[in-house]
Parts: sequence; structure tokens; C-alpha cells
Amino acid sequence: MKYEDAIKKYDPVIGIEVHVELGTATKMFDAAPNTFGGGPNTNITPTSLGLPGSLPVVNEKGVEYAIKIGLALGCEIAETCRFARKNYFYPDVPKDFQTSQSDEPIAAEGQVEIELEDGTMFTIPVERAHMEEDAGKNTHIGGATGRIHGADHSLVDYNRAGVPLVEIVTHPITGTGDRAAEVASTYVRTLRDIFRALDVSEARMEQGNVRADVNVSLRESPDAPLGTRTETKNVNSFRSIERAVRYEIARQATRLEAGEKIVQETRHFHEGTGETSSGRPKSDADDYRYFPEPDLVPLVPSRDWVEELRATLPELPAQKRRRLAGVWGFSDLEMRDVVNAGLLEAIEDTVSAGAKPAAARKWWTGEVARLANQKEQHPTELVTPDQVAALIGLINDGKLNDKLAKDVLTAVADGEGEPAEVMSARGLEIVEDTGALEAAVEEAIAANPDVVEKIKGGKMQAIGALMGPIMKATRGQADAGKAKDLILAKING
Amino acid sequence: MTESSAITPEQVEHLASLSRIAMGEDELKSLAGDLSTILSNVARVNEVAGDDVPATSHPIALSNVLRPDVVGETLTNEQALASAPASADEKFLVPQILGEE
Repeated sequence: MKYEDAIKKYDPVIGIEVHVELGTATKMFDAAPNTFGGGPNTNITPTSLGLPGSLPVVNEKGVEYAIKIGLALGCEIAETCRFARKNYFYPDVPKDFQTSQSDEPIAAEGQVEIELEDGTMFTIPVERAHMEEDAGKNTHIGGATGRIHGADHSLVDYNRAGVPLVEIVTHPITGTGDRAAEVASTYVRTLRDIFRALDVSEARMEQGNVRADVNVSLRESPDAPLGTRTETKNVNSFRSIERAVRYEIARQATRLEAGEKIVQETRHFHEGTGETSSGRPKSDADDYRYFPEPDLVPLVPSRDWVEELRATLPELPAQKRRRLAGVWGFSDLEMRDVVNAGLLEAIEDTVSAGAKPAAARKWWTGEVARLANQKEQHPTELVTPDQVAALIGLINDGKLNDKLAKDVLTAVADGEGEPAEVMSARGLEIVEDTGALEAAVEEAIAANPDVVEKIKGGKMQAIGALMGPIMKATRGQADAGKAKDLILAKING
Repeated sequence: MTESSAITPEQVEHLASLSRIAMGEDELKSLAGDLSTILSNVARVNEVAGDDVPATSHPIALSNVLRPDVVGETLTNEQALASAPASADEKFLVPQILGEE
């Protein structure tokens, strides 16, 4: 069954678990550095390896970041909470358990407002955010595809073992209808932006700082009980999240149509095909035998600490967008275009550097975006906000017109230098020599007596017909405003 | 001994399999009995602990033991791998992982 048909026939319910690696200096329970890269098995201590006699101690910064995330998601911060052992055998977990939180998470019951591309708002109910640690990395050797099947043995690097994570779990998200896939990816994108605004993580999807598990189930109608769900693990880009949700909706609908049952299981997403495949069914192995971690004492975040952290919360991305739209006087549509193009910060910085908001928006979403598109780069990789502000400054000073400014911009994007340098070096500056401009104007007037008559008759638009020849004579460097003034002065004078 | 604290051989078998411990029929039966006795003895605590005594997970009344986020001493790769049964390419080498992912 196709996705489009599936979504008409069934009501999808999604649930999302997001793991974010915190950008602390050290791991959650030991003083090993929390850094990306470095030689294998070097960012570790006896505690990272779970060696006998080693004991964990909680990283204060990790707790602080978890509380900040909880507050930003509108959660209640627990008066008291505990860590728990989640027991399972897998070589990337050296202790044979993951230190996590079970029935006492640090943050619970919040919500996240998300805005879809067309401006539709949606509220995502958050069940909890809890602290835990990341696992090491396995490399499977001997298998053709690097996956487990067919592998002879595995190599383990524990550098990532113990890196602080916060896991954010939603309640079942209902009422998305045919926008389920979009809601899923926008939610994760919104969280990513919040993590960055809070400065608690680099939150780079491509480095695995943010990872999502996507639960999908279908039911006959919004009144029916929830259907059996599948959990697609580790979907690690916004596009993949959308594809995985769409694929699961279509796949489950096909099974249901054939009278088959959905198996509750974890599934894997394949980037290449956009499909998911069966991982392992939920089974006895999911009995994690959680129990309170005896090596760690309860955590009781004082209300003073929580309020102190609440006071330091930065403006969150959604609030910031609303505020800037007002200050800049952008319409909803203009603001969405800017946000969707990822140009909000660039425009904010350009305005800080002295440009008018409307001009900053025009250049970033216009010519800079066009050039970037050609080069298959992001606009901010091409030029800096300071350069765009400088370009706009040159236009305002009457040294460049829009056409010349585009030439300057192209050269700046090609790395020829700063706007003012490029303008001088290439001789693109608007002709200040009034003599040359006057000559061009006189020539144009002499050559076009019919146009002159129209202008005299009050048809001001006709001036445009004279601008062509004037621009041609001055190689595009004439200031259109000055030329117009001169034309009127000569005709009416 | 109350009904709820009785442990069945099936429950022991389940726990043994989760813990990767192989056990025979006899062991499962005798351990079920032992565990039932241990649980019922521990359950006596409920008789003396009133509603005003909260459940605790730690023998010492301590909370908020935290450390500053400062990097400390780490192991070298050689030290880390010194006690490993097998290693390759500066990593721990473990047997093939079967049937799970």
C-alpha cells in the first residue's frame, strides 16, 4: 500500500525518543575527557571500563545541562531523583549495565511547540527527560556489510562509553494525520535548535550528537485504541526521520490490509533504500531488571539551583523568531522563508553589523542564496554577515547600484576580497564623474526625442526607456537616482 | 511466607537466562526454595516499617555527591588493553555477537 493511500485509511500515532550527547568537558560518571576523535581507547578511566573497584561520581555540569533541557521543554524538575542500572549484555557496555534513570527521571511532563514549514503549529507532549550514559562503539569485522550478520568478531572502542546523554521521550503523538512524517522531523529539528540555543551540545546530527528512535503505529480511527508499534532505531538525519516514518506507515498499512498483524519489534533504517528491516522482536531480553544504582546516592536538585538555572535560560529559538519578526517587520511568510533557509542568524548578524533588516533579508534570501545554490553550498559558507552588511553599506552610500553590487558579491564569494576592495580593484564603483554621466544623459535625450515628449507629457515611467542607453554608455556604473534627476533637470530646465 | 513472595522454578529459570547462567532442573528447584526463604525474611522489614518510613536505595543518608566537570587522569591505550583477553587495532576484541543487534 502506498503511503498516500495508507494515510487516508489509517490514523498514525508516532512517538519519538531523542538522545543528545551533552557537551561537557568530562564524562557523566568519571573524569575522562568527553571529546570526539583521538586514538581508540584513550579517553577512558577505570570507571569508563567498569573495572573492579572503580566507582562513579556524578558530573555536576551534566546535571546542570539536564535541568536546563528539562526547563526549556517546560518540564517539572524532580525534587529528588535517582540513577538506576539497566542490565543487559552487550560488549559496547563494559559494565554489563547502563547507568540510567528509570522511574525517577530528573525532568517530566513538558511540551514542545513546533512550527511546520507552512506555519502550522503543533504541540508535542513530552513524557520525560532523563540522564544516562552513552555506550562504546563496536566495529564488526569479517561481515561483508559491516553489520553483525556474518561478522567473525567485533572490535570495541570505549572512548564514547560514559559520555553524558539526556534522553527525551514523548507521549504518543496523535492528531498528526497525513503530516506525521513532517511532525517527526520538525520536532527533532526543534529539539536540535533548543540544544544549540542552550549551549548544552554541539548537537550535530552527522556526528551522532543527536540520535532519534521513531515509534510508529496505526489504528483504524482516532477513536480506536493504539495499534501495535514498531521502533525504528538510530535514525540520524531529519530527512531519514521523515522517510522512516513514511515507510513504516506504508509497510504497516500493507500488512494490516492483508489481514496480518504488526509485530512489536525494533527495526533498522537503511539510508540507501529508505526502507526499514526487522531487527529483533521484543522478548525476554527486554527485561532490563532496573534497580537503583547502589554506587550513587540520590540527587536532590535544590529549588534555588533550579531557579538559578531557569534565570540563565537563553531566549529559545521559537521566542526569538517571534521577537525578531516583530522588530524587523517581516511578514509570517518572509520570516518562514528566512528560517527554512537557515538564514536567521546570518540576517541577525548582518543587522547587528549595521544593515537594515529588509536589505539584509533581500540580499541573503536573494542573490547570496542564488549563488550558494549554484555552488551547492549554504549561503553562510559563501560570504559573512559583515561582508553582506558592507555591501549594503556601499549601496546606501551610492557607490554601488544593485547590478554592480551583484558583481561585487559574486567576486567576494569567489574569495577576491572584501566588498570595498573588490569594488576598487575591479573598478565597479558608480561613476562619480558627473561630466561623464551628463554626457550620457544628453546623448540619450538627443537620441530619443519621442521618449522625451512622453516624459514632458507627464509619463514618468518613460524615463526607464532612457536608462538603458545611459547604463550602456557608462558600462552599468551610473547611479540610477542621479541619472533620473539629471534627465528631469535637463528636460524640464 | 506470603503467596506473593513465593518464587517459582520458572522465574528462576528466566532470571538465570537473563543473567547468562546455565542451571539444571535440580538447581532451579532448590534455588527457588532458597530465594523464597530469603525474600520472606527480608519482607519482615515491612512489618516494622510504617508508612512514615520511605523506601530507601542507599544505606547512608547522603544526597548530591557531585564532582566538578574537570578532566582528570586517563589510562593509556596500553594500560586499557593490558587486561583484555584479546585486542586488535588498539581496540578490545570480542567474539562474534550472535542474534542480537
